[in-house]
Amino acid sequence: MAESTPKTLVVIGNGMVGHRLVEILRDSSWRIVVFGEESRPAYDRVALSSYVDSWTFADLELPPLTGCELRLGEKAVSVDRDRRVVTGASGVEVEYDALVLATGSVPFVPPVPGRDLPGCHVYRTVDDLDDIRATVEAADRPGRHSGMVLGGGLLGLEAANALRGMGVSPHVVELAPRLMPIQVDEGGAGLLKRLVEKLDLTVHTGTSASSIERDGTRLIARLANGLELDLDVVVFSAGIRPRTDLDLGLELGPRGGYLVDAACRTADPRIFAIGECAAVEGVAYGLVAPGYAMAEVVADQLSGGARVFPGADVSTKLKLLGVDVASFGDAHATTEGALEVVVNNAVAGTYSKLVVSDDARTLLGGVLVGDASAYPSLRPLVGKEVPAALLQPGAAVDVEMPADAQVCSCHAVTKQTITDAVRAGVACDVAELKACTKAGTGCGSCVPMLKKLLTECGVEQSNALCEHFTHSRAELFEIIRATRVTTFSALIAKHGTGRGCDICKPAVASILASLGNGHILGETQASLQDTNDRFLANLQRNGTYSVVPRIPGGEITPEKLIVIGEVARDFGLYTKITGGQRIDMFGATVDQLPEIWRRLVDAGFESGHAYGKSLRTVKSCVGTTWCRYGVQDSVGLAIELELRYRGLRSPHKLKSAVSGCARECAEARGKDFGVIATENGWNLYVGGNGGFTPRHADLLVSDVDTEELIRVIDRFLMFYIRTADRLQRTSVWLEGLDGGLDHLREVVVDDKLGICAELEAAMAAHVSDYADEWRGVLEDPEKLARFTSFVNAPGTPDPTISFRAERGQRVPVQLGIPEVVR
Amino acid sequence: MTVVCDFEVLRPEQGVAALLPDGSQVAVFLTADGSLHALDNIDPFSGAAVLSRGIVGDRGGVPVVVSPVYKQAFELATGKCLDEPSVSVAVHRVRVRDGVVELT
Repeated sequence: MAESTPKTLVVIGNGMVGHRLVEILRDSSWRIVVFGEESRPAYDRVALSSYVDSWTFADLELPPLTGCELRLGEKAVSVDRDRRVVTGASGVEVEYDALVLATGSVPFVPPVPGRDLPGCHVYRTVDDLDDIRATVEAADRPGRHSGMVLGGGLLGLEAANALRGMGVSPHVVELAPRLMPIQVDEGGAGLLKRLVEKLDLTVHTGTSASSIERDGTRLIARLANGLELDLDVVVFSAGIRPRTDLDLGLELGPRGGYLVDAACRTADPRIFAIGECAAVEGVAYGLVAPGYAMAEVVADQLSGGARVFPGADVSTKLKLLGVDVASFGDAHATTEGALEVVVNNAVAGTYSKLVVSDDARTLLGGVLVGDASAYPSLRPLVGKEVPAALLQPGAAVDVEMPADAQVCSCHAVTKQTITDAVRAGVACDVAELKACTKAGTGCGSCVPMLKKLLTECGVEQSNALCEHFTHSRAELFEIIRATRVTTFSALIAKHGTGRGCDICKPAVASILASLGNGHILGETQASLQDTNDRFLANLQRNGTYSVVPRIPGGEITPEKLIVIGEVARDFGLYTKITGGQRIDMFGATVDQLPEIWRRLVDAGFESGHAYGKSLRTVKSCVGTTWCRYGVQDSVGLAIELELRYRGLRSPHKLKSAVSGCARECAEARGKDFGVIATENGWNLYVGGNGGFTPRHADLLVSDVDTEELIRVIDRFLMFYIRTADRLQRTSVWLEGLDGGLDHLREVVVDDKLGICAELEAAMAAHVSDYADEWRGVLEDPEKLARFTSFVNAPGTPDPTISFRAERGQRVPVQLGIPEVVR
Repeated sequence: MTVVCDFEVLRPEQGVAALLPDGSQVAVFLTADGSLHALDNIDPFSGAAVLSRGIVGDRGGVPVVVSPVYKQAFELATGKCLDEPSVSVAVHRVRVRDGVVELT
């Protein structure tokens, strides 16, 4: 073989670990061929239960692989080790120089009679979830459906969560005497059970299913303890087994899995195994982080290195059904002489156990339930000296971490690596740290620690608003709120420098408006406004403006539609339906704006605030009123929300939507706050965005009634308005919020900071003080006088503005760009 | 000479536009310290006649108006664009006589 011919690496399996290996070797000299049994591209199986939130595969998809031959839907059916050839199901043969087995695992299904009946599923792939959904939708039980999950471990609780998301009340059946027996001890599991049972789960521990039978459309399960459950769906998630059905004549580990050495190499030196199908020195791991570590090892070996598997950190931190659970190190205190320090606060709903060595000097492990915020600080200390203060009940965890402590266990990144990157100036924020060290790109639980390390390294991220204020927007908000200052001049004289600019003036104007300081074009505020707010319309490229009257929820009478049509016709305005279910009229000059609005206000319209950093629209689908599938009145709620929050000035624009059922026709999860109807009430999602960086909104509360929903939205919006940066949408704000969604929930649902009453009062004041801005202009000759193109020739049209016709409407003539010398 | 408006019509840091007999347009600004400035109203980056509707403030202490279209800052005293030094807008002479603002 000529030297220049690249060697071929065949990877069997396109799961998360196989995908990771190919990603690492993408730019190497290897020619890479991947066999994937599923026809889908690789996806994030760890986040599988979140598929139920959107039923959108793309949300789970991993970054597409480049630089390899990806054979999707091609199962590898045999390997001829003598000829070094892998054969695919289609008959295709690929010769290899190196072969990596990354076949993953298969669900373990206990031999319960009836386990193959229709309605019984496993929980492993996106297709499994689609099948479970089909079973649930076909069930004819009135009210909530009933399901059983066999297995109360990590995977079982994930499956139960997925069922809940489909409107099923799950029974969780676990053979061991407690939930999550591998990760959590008895005390922690007791609390976990109490917390999840509040969420419509029924937990049966210390028992198993003895039979499943079909009874008409129902499934009847009998448990070993004598209970009989009437069910619509059964899900097996009692663990996984390494998948080794591809027989290569290689030795397997004692509990299954292709047996490999510390270099992840099988007895055949050309063949490696990684991930859940591998038994490294006899031990198989069912977690993704050790799988990633194996991928790193093999990539290094294939690049001529000599790395070996460092041993796995099987620590876990996760949120199951909204409950924090973390387990690390020797969680069950199996080390000889190990001591336990337990703080079990049943009132607060938190449990923590630290396991230390017999001399109480070395941290060995621990379990946290209910609040796992200490996990990022504690886990790196395993095996290290434990600060005495930590052993005091209720001690705050704030300890210096040794340099070799692993901060990111998904990618085995140490504190040293991170601080080196920061000190060398390679990374100055979390995003850059993620890019250059990969820390924080796995499960993300170490992101707060990354922020802390940045601060410790002396990285100060300036959040000064602009050259005139050293304060952030949030700080200015608090200053203005506390000092009750009402003018920009007074504020900048006391707290800033200079005369202000196009950044701080509109930002302060927005804060003043959020705090209720009268009309935004009042004497001292008008000069602060950007042109859109100053003319209460949207500036277009030719210097004209567009006009959007409010159409709450997108519902409009024929009479009002006619008025819009007549106004557009009479003023020669171009009309277009917006994405927010209203109508935009383009091409109005500043002189025309008051005349147009006089007609609109007389017909009962009011400002739509399309020009403002404020609530835009609340989109809706037609809901139960018309739709055969709707489960709630989405239009009614959308109108109620739009009328409640109209005119609310915020750091950036706010968009919302209400969908009347899980089909989500109103696209609520792309909104700052989106509501989706359930059979029991409403689910509230926050932090969604379309735009430049699309983001699906996160579920904040579920199955709440309208009153509770509005209370939570009130608090959420006011908390955002108080704390966000200028022009920071809720999506970016939420991403950057310390503690993320959990913290947000603690603040606006659990009222951990004790500010909810204040937030609600602020919103109540906004609602009661609302007045239509355009009516305010029409009723005030002072303000009206500002709407002139030329102060010395009122009513004279601007000679630079001209129109041409396109598809039957007027559109602007492209302007010449004069005298720009570049 | 073109009459713009009575001086008392002007508000500090809120521009107005005036039409000249030849059809061209001028943006007139009163700053907080009481000085008057007049620039071409056409924003050279967009071609739209909108500079009078920009936010007035300062950059590093230099009084500026910021175009409402693509946000470039123009020095009120010289018309120079601070974001792209090769670009500038024409400056007009403006005065107040008998309480009336005039372009000369």
